[in-house]
Amino acid sequence: MPDAMPTEAAAAPGAAALIDHAAGIEAQDVHAWFDRHHVLHGASLAIAARQVTAIIGPSGCGKSTFLRCLNRMHELVPGARSRGRILLDGQDIYAPGVDPVLIRRRIGMVFQKPNPFPTMSVYDNAVAGLRLAGERDRRVLDETAERSLRAAALWDEVKDRLGRPGTSLSGGQQQRLCIARALAVSPEVLLMDEPASSLDPAATLRIEELARELAQHITIVIVTHNMQQAARVSDVTAFILNGEMIEVGTTDQIFTRPQDRRTEDYITGRFG
Amino acid sequence: MTRELFLKEMEALQADVVRMATMAGEAIHASVEALRALDADWAERIVRDDDRIDALHLELEDRCMRLLARQQPMASDLRTIAAAFVITLDLERLADHAEGISKSVKRLAGQPHLKPLIDIPRMEELVQQMLRESMDAFLRRDTALAEAMAKRDDEVDALRSQVFRELLTYMLSDPRTIPRALELLLVAQNLERAADHITNIGERVIYMVTGELRELNV
Repeated sequence: MPDAMPTEAAAAPGAAALIDHAAGIEAQDVHAWFDRHHVLHGASLAIAARQVTAIIGPSGCGKSTFLRCLNRMHELVPGARSRGRILLDGQDIYAPGVDPVLIRRRIGMVFQKPNPFPTMSVYDNAVAGLRLAGERDRRVLDETAERSLRAAALWDEVKDRLGRPGTSLSGGQQQRLCIARALAVSPEVLLMDEPASSLDPAATLRIEELARELAQHITIVIVTHNMQQAARVSDVTAFILNGEMIEVGTTDQIFTRPQDRRTEDYITGRFG
Repeated sequence: MTRELFLKEMEALQADVVRMATMAGEAIHASVEALRALDADWAERIVRDDDRIDALHLELEDRCMRLLARQQPMASDLRTIAAAFVITLDLERLADHAEGISKSVKRLAGQPHLKPLIDIPRMEELVQQMLRESMDAFLRRDTALAEAMAKRDDEVDALRSQVFRELLTYMLSDPRTIPRALELLLVAQNLERAADHITNIGERVIYMVTGELRELNV
């Protein structure tokens, strides 16, 4: 009996139309610094396509930094640098000549605090990425807006107010709008950095359900300080402590029989 | 609906508990039918099939563990999983008693029946009735039914005592009947223990619904 039976996803039809390819990511021996502060020490992780991989660990352990290395966001911080290989479908995203903007479209991201563009409508937010890439065809934009909003399980709630400001939505809706925005450019991977931390419990569960549904079509990596969330939502869990990748395993195994003492101590709340 | 996956897994767990109960009940019934027919081959098949029920028990325990580890169930969800955990163990023991009866059948086969079977089949009927009621109570969360079911355990106990007394008279009057009589005593003992396990299931159903764990039929 599989432990995570794929549900008949209400949101999936939109996602299926948008996503034609999901990629796996392999991080090899990743180091990262903020100026001279060495925050990641040779972290490696193989992330399988079309699964939810959760990265857990205490505050300040480096999990968000690791996530931002996966789509070359880390290097945007002044003074930040990194080393190591990140293979997207076997190709190193840090190889010379690789366009980081393209990488960030193929590997999308949503953040802890929902950040719809404040001056734009729901519709404009949804297709912002497409427009930025040069799409002008109204039909394509309309179609993609609907698909991405459906894929983010938001369409029914906003279809009659696409012209309203993105910021007029509730927190949970705004976060789903950000997910729609990321999905609209057909990424192969979606990174989620504490996506539900600023949301109420009901909105949190909706985001978790959405992550599971989207994982049928796309690769999802979620960083969370809430290990119960990781237990609920992910197929594979990776534990980072003090910048080191301590243990990676199926979520079943990590939460029932962790191999490393430090993993056991963290998930049983001996420290945190 | 949020937590759809979790709710589906809970439903599947409960359905599979009932499925395991059906398998265990069929094994008990088959073992007594095999006794009637003194069919050693049938008995041997029942003994081998017990492996399937053991495997299902382990699978269901594993699923309970995983639900506990991953879904942080609370309140009635938590009690349901805890109840399912213990119930599958009682069902595994139930199936073991069918296996025990079948082993007696293998030892009895090849000889004529010592006496017509009356009380033993009656005990088996009661066990089946109790099992059906326990599963209805489990699915419908019916504590009254669980309590009523548990009261039948007294009848099963009374029949077992009757079987003992009767077989004792056989053994005292003719020592050559002792081997066969002892096997029939074992069969009755297995059925009485089967009913006890089903009573345990009733206790767990009440716990699942009310949060109160108490002994039925003290």
